[in-house]
Amino acid sequence: MAERARSAGSAGAQMRHGPGRVLVAVYAVLGLSATVRGAYQVLARFDEAPLAYLLSLFAGLVYVAATVALVRSTPASWRVALAAVLVELVGVVAVGTLTVLDAADFPDGTVWGHYGRDYGWVPLVLPLLGLAWLRRTRP
Amino acid sequence: MTPVLAWATGVLALVVTVLAGLATARGRRIDDPLLIGAAVLELGLLVQAVIGFVALAVTDRDVDGVVFSGYLLTSVLVVPLGAFWAVGERSRWGTGVLLVAAATTAILVVRLEQVWRTGG
Repeated sequence: MAERARSAGSAGAQMRHGPGRVLVAVYAVLGLSATVRGAYQVLARFDEAPLAYLLSLFAGLVYVAATVALVRSTPASWRVALAAVLVELVGVVAVGTLTVLDAADFPDGTVWGHYGRDYGWVPLVLPLLGLAWLRRTRP
Repeated sequence: MTPVLAWATGVLALVVTVLAGLATARGRRIDDPLLIGAAVLELGLLVQAVIGFVALAVTDRDVDGVVFSGYLLTSVLVVPLGAFWAVGERSRWGTGVLLVAAATTAILVVRLEQVWRTGG
């Protein structure tokens, strides 16, 4: 079964099949939760922590972009997915480090805060899995 | 909202998560028992959503309505969307998608109960 997906993968980028199926599901969940939470924070409580909430929303949109790119499964969307995954990796490491060093600027748990602690460290692991998967499905 | 209901749907979501996890580990495709389990879970979530919305409308406690409604709505969407995405993949990975959907639902139910209990 997995073999079938792999042999189909040689004909073109099959990012949405095999393990990619699960990856898309996790990305969709994270994209939805971070985007909705970020949008709510920006709309309802923007003044409390503008930077953190905008970052929350941005992170969510990056996850949504990765989800859509993986589902589309074209050579062009492969590059979009790669860019999105790299932004996530840099984002979670940078924001994670910032929150650990100086928690004052990030009063609320954002998706990348504390290396994604509030989201079960999924934001930290996901870009690594994403990179591994993109390497295997390179068009 | 009653804690009993949240416990029931939460445990149901965990059961589906574990069953889907075992099936994924064994390399099984999605089968009827798993889909029936997902359907029963969804039924429980729909009942919970109806009761939740009614409870929100009549309560005099200070619950963040937007957040609570958001969780209620999301809680009934994840399993059908996950099942749709799962059945399109005839391998263990389709089963893995159902695992993700059920685990997400379990987390949503916990958050739902928290929001109801603490107000936001």
